[in-house]
Amino acid sequence: MKSGRRDFLKSAMAVTAAAVSVSPAKAIAAAQKHGETPGQKCVGMLFDATRCIGCMACMSACKKANGLPPEHSRKGKLYDDPMDLSATTQNIIKSTGGENPVFVKRQCMHCKKPACVSVCMLGALHKSEGGVVAYDADRCVGCRYCQIACAFNIPKFEWDKVAPKIVKCQLCSHRLVEGQEPACCDACPRDAVIFGHRNELKKEARRRIRENPDLYINHIYGENEAGGTLVMYLSSIPFTELGLPDLPDEPVPELSETVQHGIYKGFAAPVVLYGVLAGVLVRHRKKGAFRGEVDVAEEVDDAS
Amino acid sequence: MPHNTRPLGGPILTDSFRIVLFLSLTAFAIVLWRLIAGLGPTTALSDGYPWGIWIAFDVVTGTALACGGYAVAIMCYVLNKGQYHPLVRPAILTSALGYTIAGVSVVIDVGRYWLLYGVFMPWRWNMNSVLLEVALCITAYIFVLWIEFSPVFLHRLAASGTGRLADAARKISRFLDRGLVFILALGLLLPTMHQSSLGSLMLVAGNKLHGFWHTPWLPLLFLSSCMAMGYAIVAFESLLGSISFRRPAETKMLRSLAKVTIGLQLSFLALRFLDLGFSGKLSGFTFDKYGILLIIETLLFLAPIFILIRGRQPAGNARLFLAAVFLLFAGGLYRFDTYLIAFNPGSEWSYFPSISETLVTLGFVATEVAIYVALVKRFPVLTGPEANEPALSGA
Repeated sequence: MKSGRRDFLKSAMAVTAAAVSVSPAKAIAAAQKHGETPGQKCVGMLFDATRCIGCMACMSACKKANGLPPEHSRKGKLYDDPMDLSATTQNIIKSTGGENPVFVKRQCMHCKKPACVSVCMLGALHKSEGGVVAYDADRCVGCRYCQIACAFNIPKFEWDKVAPKIVKCQLCSHRLVEGQEPACCDACPRDAVIFGHRNELKKEARRRIRENPDLYINHIYGENEAGGTLVMYLSSIPFTELGLPDLPDEPVPELSETVQHGIYKGFAAPVVLYGVLAGVLVRHRKKGAFRGEVDVAEEVDDAS
Repeated sequence: MPHNTRPLGGPILTDSFRIVLFLSLTAFAIVLWRLIAGLGPTTALSDGYPWGIWIAFDVVTGTALACGGYAVAIMCYVLNKGQYHPLVRPAILTSALGYTIAGVSVVIDVGRYWLLYGVFMPWRWNMNSVLLEVALCITAYIFVLWIEFSPVFLHRLAASGTGRLADAARKISRFLDRGLVFILALGLLLPTMHQSSLGSLMLVAGNKLHGFWHTPWLPLLFLSSCMAMGYAIVAFESLLGSISFRRPAETKMLRSLAKVTIGLQLSFLALRFLDLGFSGKLSGFTFDKYGILLIIETLLFLAPIFILIRGRQPAGNARLFLAAVFLLFAGGLYRFDTYLIAFNPGSEWSYFPSISETLVTLGFVATEVAIYVALVKRFPVLTGPEANEPALSGA
């Protein structure tokens, strides 16, 4: 079984590596298409809460791979103690607490239809190859609409910097190009989080549920939530107890896009409205209404 | 129909003007600090509440308060009610100032303002982004408003003599005279677009914004309320101006505008409660924070109606003013609720504006007031008392 999994990981990485190496510009152009193509080529991660022991190896691996500094949120000399995802923590292990804690790994979900991408004015956040939601700081004006829009509260902002950026997991795109897995998956000693093609991961998740129906809740979180996410979860306790939001299957930006495009009809509506308004105004003007709105010419002529 | 506008005259640097100026300078000092130190030290913003009062007040509420120009333009130009003409210039001026301040607020609020030029590169546009549309429309509208107001300056230049500048002013005004209709039409289209879109902006925040505020009708609710607020601010300004500048009030005009406002308020409330009722959200009503906010908002929207229709006497200046104030608070609270108070990203976050944020917002409003006062004293914006009386009796 183990070798089988490794095999598909390798092939997934090969595909991704080939795909990611195109120029960022082309990736942006391809992004629109990618939202629509079925999950076939999408990569993703599967996190199994029954396997995670809360060692947090993935957290330090993530920081190392992404060049992020340790955090000191409380007094004391703990090396790295983030309270939540932040501008210096893209990946975090949280616990349900109590005597038998269940651990959950939180990072960007890489939605198939991401709200952050939908709202981003200039495509700073965009769908990259493999369905990864990537960030291009050169296009980001720092408006933080992505933070308003994300149902998972994932994008973080460098509040204390003069040239702040949005920070979030980009599925270690820079490692994928080199044919490596995301650092967190690489570091996990229990294979609680694994990387692969989304379709294969779904199959794997179903297999685990089938083989251990008493252990798992019969649901793959992220398979359909918010239109589907590349990162999916298995758990023995309700997903809301893990802190994952209870979301409908409709993609988060669906309503806003439907309403906006419904009103604007590909910008035809504003053009028509402008035509009507200008028409009405020209007619009123011909009838002599609001003549002398710009009264300079006349008054000066009168004066001279 | 030439305007009977004239500069009010009088000294600009009065004591109250000095206070306003001090507030304004404080704001700009803090802005400088924000540019040097970043948003973290200067604001109470967080990853949960990434938008604070610079957006909720300066932009979202501020531009609605600056809808006077839009509202009066609909009256004057679309419905062809020329009698409202004396209200146009002051309304355009406050709109221009309000929108400019909103624009400045956005620039200091975004983290990477030096990259804002990308907004003007069409090949970068994400057509799904409501914010992009808002940004483009507001930018365009700021220009439109100042063009609409420019005759006031052009007039001064043209009258100044025979220099090259005066010639240019004359040429531009002749050109404007012919083309202004198309600018005016743009001045009607753009607010219709971005004021509704300011509502659409929050559609995407479905799982964070409380159901009483999150509805597919957000764009229409924002549009109808901004128009009502537009008329209210015109009344507010006109009456305040008549007191502080000792001019006769445009009572008759404001009274008939108030009727339009009542219609808009009623349609806002009808749409809102029909939606709440049909969507079944109202059945989930409890007297929690959100329920109480909904009640306060509704009372604020209803109050002006009762104030205006109460009694047999037609509403006088005091009642008109009170009604306008209630309506401005109603629309303002509705916007604050939608953007901040009913917005809940999770229990781990909270937001209350920092002192710096508040002082900047306050100072920006002060700047607006200062420029307004200075301009109406030196330029022909308001109608003069002599000219105003016959116009009123004739209306």
